[in-house]
Amino acid sequence: MRSEPLLLDFFELLRSRGVPVTVREWMTLVEAMSKGLVAADLRRFYAIARATLVKHERYYDAFDQCFAHYFAGADAPPALKAALDEWLTAPLPLPQLSEDELAALERLTPDELRKRFEETMRQQTERHDGGNRWIGTGGTSPFGNGGVNPAGMRVGGAGGGKSAIQVAAQRRFRDYRSDIVLDTRQIGAALRKLRRLSREGQREEVDIDGTIAATAKNAGDIEVVLQPPRENNLKVLLLMDVGGSMEPYALLVSRLFSAAHAASHFREFHHFYFHNCVYEAVYRDARMSDALSTVELTRWLQPETRLIFVGDAHMAPYELTAPFGAIDYYVQNRENGLDWMRRVARHFKHRVWLNPLPGRFWAHPTIHALGELFPMYELTLDGLEKAVERLLGLPTPLEERAA
Amino acid sequence: MLLENFTGTDDYIASPELQEAVNVALALERPLLLKGEPGTGKTLLAQSVARALKRPLHTWHVKSTSRALDGLYIYDAVQRLHDSRFQDRDVRDIRQYIRFGALGRSFLADEPSVVLIDEIDKADLEFPNDLLHELDRMSFTVMETGDVHQAKQRPLVVITSNNEKELPDAFLRRCIFHFIAFPERELMARIVAVHHPHVRQTLLDEALARFYWLRTLPELRKRPSTSELIDWIGALVKGGIAEDELTARVPFLGTLIKKEQDLDAVRRRGRGWVR
Repeated sequence: MRSEPLLLDFFELLRSRGVPVTVREWMTLVEAMSKGLVAADLRRFYAIARATLVKHERYYDAFDQCFAHYFAGADAPPALKAALDEWLTAPLPLPQLSEDELAALERLTPDELRKRFEETMRQQTERHDGGNRWIGTGGTSPFGNGGVNPAGMRVGGAGGGKSAIQVAAQRRFRDYRSDIVLDTRQIGAALRKLRRLSREGQREEVDIDGTIAATAKNAGDIEVVLQPPRENNLKVLLLMDVGGSMEPYALLVSRLFSAAHAASHFREFHHFYFHNCVYEAVYRDARMSDALSTVELTRWLQPETRLIFVGDAHMAPYELTAPFGAIDYYVQNRENGLDWMRRVARHFKHRVWLNPLPGRFWAHPTIHALGELFPMYELTLDGLEKAVERLLGLPTPLEERAA
Repeated sequence: MLLENFTGTDDYIASPELQEAVNVALALERPLLLKGEPGTGKTLLAQSVARALKRPLHTWHVKSTSRALDGLYIYDAVQRLHDSRFQDRDVRDIRQYIRFGALGRSFLADEPSVVLIDEIDKADLEFPNDLLHELDRMSFTVMETGDVHQAKQRPLVVITSNNEKELPDAFLRRCIFHFIAFPERELMARIVAVHHPHVRQTLLDEALARFYWLRTLPELRKRPSTSELIDWIGALVKGGIAEDELTARVPFLGTLIKKEQDLDAVRRRGRGWVR
């Protein structure tokens, strides 16, 4: 039997599973229930809880799992249904929190949050109507310790169809999870954040404020002032590992490539291929016949260019550390791969590495070595978003430790 | 108070979860944010809600250049400047140069309305945040005149997003959210029936089977959506296509697949189709 207010531990469960529910959203749900919208119908409760608590389809699956887990249980004895009815339809006092209080609450850890929340609820209810409806002391609470555990029961009348739990347990939204799937559109959305706006180039947009000021100065005779439009000033370089161990990720990498290529908002977008490690040259084509020397690449592209490596960084250690260690026999590298990679890292101030291998497989010497030079992220939507943030950030000090 | 209740309309089929989301947004007077693949009926929903509740609809199509202020009002400084040169109108009266946008009009109206802010993700990243205050308080100030307009009747605000950009957290926290999942076959059959009531059941079954097969192809850059399916079935009916023709090929493929690379991909797959 639960001794806590109903749902508070559901709220915590959601947060512990990575669904970013805030107090404000939780209050919205409480408000919906206090207006009697939910009635004693778990299926409606499911729909309303999801609509008020979850703000991105990527969390639908986690929400469904939590819901199925929390509300799973045997059918409720009919006597309990009345208790649930009463709870769900009873008007609940709503604490009035200011913006600042809400913001402060959102910064707390789950434990602190619960404590603060309970305190707030207790104070607020006392001040507002002297009752003690929320927190379960003395058995007056509609939740928890009165021996009623509405969480564990399935209320009938779900409209003939599947129960909410069955619906939730179907995991219909598994494909929308951000830690698994990446489609072209999602990648495009993530890449769109990669921008830095500035006014450069042709003056072709009317500067309203400037025009008004100039016209006023001109004693009311209209003088039009033009300015260049705001445009993204970012240049992006994509270096992709092809062949060998990257084969299984070919589709994923091609999606990333086509999204980046279609992202029309970059000032410049360049892409090259390599195999396992960059040595003397990178290649304009995936068959690696059209080469551009790595020295030429760094001379041509400014250090401000954002560099995105895509590869598993997984290779035999000698490919990285030994002269002439390249896996392809026609690549004759006098200097070892790590030196070449260091040279690339030293040139590009903003650089990341996207690795299609899940992070738990990164305990490998070459992945580790390259991860020190290039901040490494998983090639998932979460990883890509973090990488984009990193690329926009301030210049990072070079990892000179290994040098 | 009798709560308004939305259950869909004759020509718009809403899932139970979507109906709940609409009703929560109505009861709590919060904006309703709708996301989903293009062609899942996000824009249609606002029209359908307005019709079901017999409320007027104010639509605001957001563009990449839209500013949050545009939805409230536009101050036509250029017109005023122009008038001042030729003395057409009394330029001292600023109010005649204030034109109200969709959201502004809904605040001023005497009856409750529905406001559709369509494709909010097209605008700048900061755009949704600039609307927070107005959506929270349902009031705005015309800076040029100092007039404060408080909504007489809080409108239902429906916001759609095609997922082109992520929306700011502060904005999301205030919204009721619903993601319109792509309809499953059963629901899709009902949606098609609304648009093509006289299509033969056998043809519909074959067409849906083909359609959902196309959507499973991983190499497609853009998967066909509901509106394309409806057009396609319309074309099949008009073209007098028989059911068995669908097992061998996909007639009028161009109505379903719009990208050249995708057309090639489907043609390469053509033979391998097994149901």
